[in-house]
Amino acid sequence: MSAYALLTDYTVQNVILGALMLGLVSGMLGSFAVLRKQSLLGDALSHAALPGICLGFLVAGARELGAIMLGALFAGAAAALLVLALTRYSRLKTDAALGIVLSTFFALGVVLLTYIQGTNNAAQGGLDAFLFGQAAATLRSDLVIMAGVTLLSLLLVIGLWKEFKLVCFDPGFARALGMPVLALEVTLTVMIALAVVVGLQIVGVVLMAAMVIAPAVAARQWCRRLETMVPLAALFGIVSGVSGALISTLGRGLATGPLIVISVSLIVIASLLFAPRRGLLWALVQRSRQRRRLRHQQLLTTLYRLAERHGDRDFQSEQGLLDSYHRTRTRAALSRLEKRGFVESRRQPPQNALHWTLTGAGHDEAARILDSFNARGD
Amino acid sequence: MLMTLFNDPAVMIVAVGALVGIAATFVGTFLVLRGTSMLADAIGHSIVFGIVVVWLVAHQQSGPLQVLGAALTGLLTVFLTELLVSSRRVKQDAAIGLVFPLLFSIGVLLLNLYAGNVHIDTHTVLLGEIGFVWLDTVDVGGYPVPQSLLSMAAMATINALFVGVFFKELKLATFDAALAKALGFAPGLLFYTLLLLTSATAVAAFDAVGAVLFVAFVIVIPSTAYLLTDRLGLMLLLGVGISLASSVLGYAFAVMLDVSIGGMMAVVTGGFLLTAFLAGPRYGLVAQAAARRRQRRLNESRTLTVHLYNHEGEPNQGEENVARALREHLLWSHEHARHAIVRGLDLGHIVRDGELLRLTPQGREIAREILEPTRR
Repeated sequence: MSAYALLTDYTVQNVILGALMLGLVSGMLGSFAVLRKQSLLGDALSHAALPGICLGFLVAGARELGAIMLGALFAGAAAALLVLALTRYSRLKTDAALGIVLSTFFALGVVLLTYIQGTNNAAQGGLDAFLFGQAAATLRSDLVIMAGVTLLSLLLVIGLWKEFKLVCFDPGFARALGMPVLALEVTLTVMIALAVVVGLQIVGVVLMAAMVIAPAVAARQWCRRLETMVPLAALFGIVSGVSGALISTLGRGLATGPLIVISVSLIVIASLLFAPRRGLLWALVQRSRQRRRLRHQQLLTTLYRLAERHGDRDFQSEQGLLDSYHRTRTRAALSRLEKRGFVESRRQPPQNALHWTLTGAGHDEAARILDSFNARGD
Repeated sequence: MLMTLFNDPAVMIVAVGALVGIAATFVGTFLVLRGTSMLADAIGHSIVFGIVVVWLVAHQQSGPLQVLGAALTGLLTVFLTELLVSSRRVKQDAAIGLVFPLLFSIGVLLLNLYAGNVHIDTHTVLLGEIGFVWLDTVDVGGYPVPQSLLSMAAMATINALFVGVFFKELKLATFDAALAKALGFAPGLLFYTLLLLTSATAVAAFDAVGAVLFVAFVIVIPSTAYLLTDRLGLMLLLGVGISLASSVLGYAFAVMLDVSIGGMMAVVTGGFLLTAFLAGPRYGLVAQAAARRRQRRLNESRTLTVHLYNHEGEPNQGEENVARALREHLLWSHEHARHAIVRGLDLGHIVRDGELLRLTPQGREIAREILEPTRR
């Protein structure tokens, strides 16, 4: 299939549009969840959507995405409330509450799923697809509903931007300003459920957690401001959503969810490694640079002090002496210093051993370093 | 006699369900107490990757190699999560949520790609097939013992032995990790062993209950027990009891409604948890409300005696020590005041003298204890 044919294909168009909205919503709303350390709530809410999906199906009597999404939203809200109730009114910790709600709601969903299968409803086919997602099954009518939810979340985020921002970073201050913090927190939690609901069709309930968490974590690597993080997370969500969904339409019987999660995970890994400033490789380079700089400073000051102690500006220190004084090989560092014109090397009889001496520039540099140390000591 | 038991699918299914719960309880108890329950969720998901890889590489569907190989994936998850956290770029919760979906996704993708070669499909991955455990049997001493029953019994025994042998070390490491470390009990090693056993249990339970339902057994049952008792030993015993009950009830309900057996067992554990949350002794909502009510009443009767004692024998005693004063000076409602007085009369703290309320010696003693706690 050529690229053009692929893009004009009805199913593929639907898939791309759906994945686009999924990525947008989950990246955007996930940012707030990750910043508020509620990542695993996304996991719990996505698993908890399963009974809601089944109830929505039972009420509507057919696979209608509107009813199913509404059911999922209600189940998500109930799950979030239960997590809150368990952590507040019992001695269980948050992690246990999340695990409890996640597994029992999912179990309830499984029971309902088998119940529906037992009723031999001809329309029940395709409910299984909500477990791992099946992008190819997306209908035009589904897209309209997904677009509605996407628009709603966009409006919420834009309209309540500064309130959400403050609640994320300093809820105490927000409360002091008289903002309805509880209501805002509830809204943010419901929005996680909204993101889950949009992803049902494409990613499925089991893996939706990753779509809430991963784009936000990746985006956080690249920027320091919420104003850039949220759009970037949305972009990462879109890229991984569309690419994963496209691959799944190419192969036969490939579930969409895992493919999307793998592509978003690749983005996360790349971001963790290569992002400027926060990237791990960046930090590694930074650290070795720092180490070199320190070693250079040490060598210069050692040579300076030796010269001073011997009352001889051109005092020649032997390589072996410098090595044992610093308890490491210093040859490479000294050669680098020589290139910069701070030291000079000379072969000295009797053993023709390598000796090092400071140049004029080296003297000045060492004096400067020692001065700055002394100034700091004051 | 024994033969009929092994030939009865219902008995076998219930036995496997109970053993999954029991094996999970022994490790889950410590995960819940340590506040690391979600690691069980992560492990439960990511062993799918291990199971598929072991199957594709070694073509081992069951047995020690498969259990150990796949269980190592569980440890890998924990290791990767801790690596991410130690890089300080990602918080613990987000790290968990990044690692297991990736491993799980790769596992499912491999399943999709090699569907023909693997004994499980994506449906089994999530839900298990406890209803069919009796189909896959091994001959043990002439009896057809289900494979799952054997592996779950082995895991339950290993876990019970581990907890039994290291009970005091686990207890100390769970409740005071710093002291355990100072005493040289290597809490880190102990914890990793615990996680390895959790993974192995998850793998063994995988065919029966799948990846997600396992989480219910490993977290919900110990949490329920935790709401019921303060004693670690009792918590483990209660866990065993809840496992048995969930398995029997879950099977009964599932057959009645013709739904997923594993799912129903997990739902029943949720039911037990909800019951414990609402009606548990001491920590249940009802018990807590009753305790608050008791405390409020105690405070009221103490306040009443103190008020009467303060004005006893004073010239304005006629104004202060009457029912009306309680409403006006203590701002108690009519009902409130009436209840407090009736209770005071019942308990023998006060007596009526016309309008006047007088303290009995017993009531006076209570007030003096509050007002002059240091007197001899």
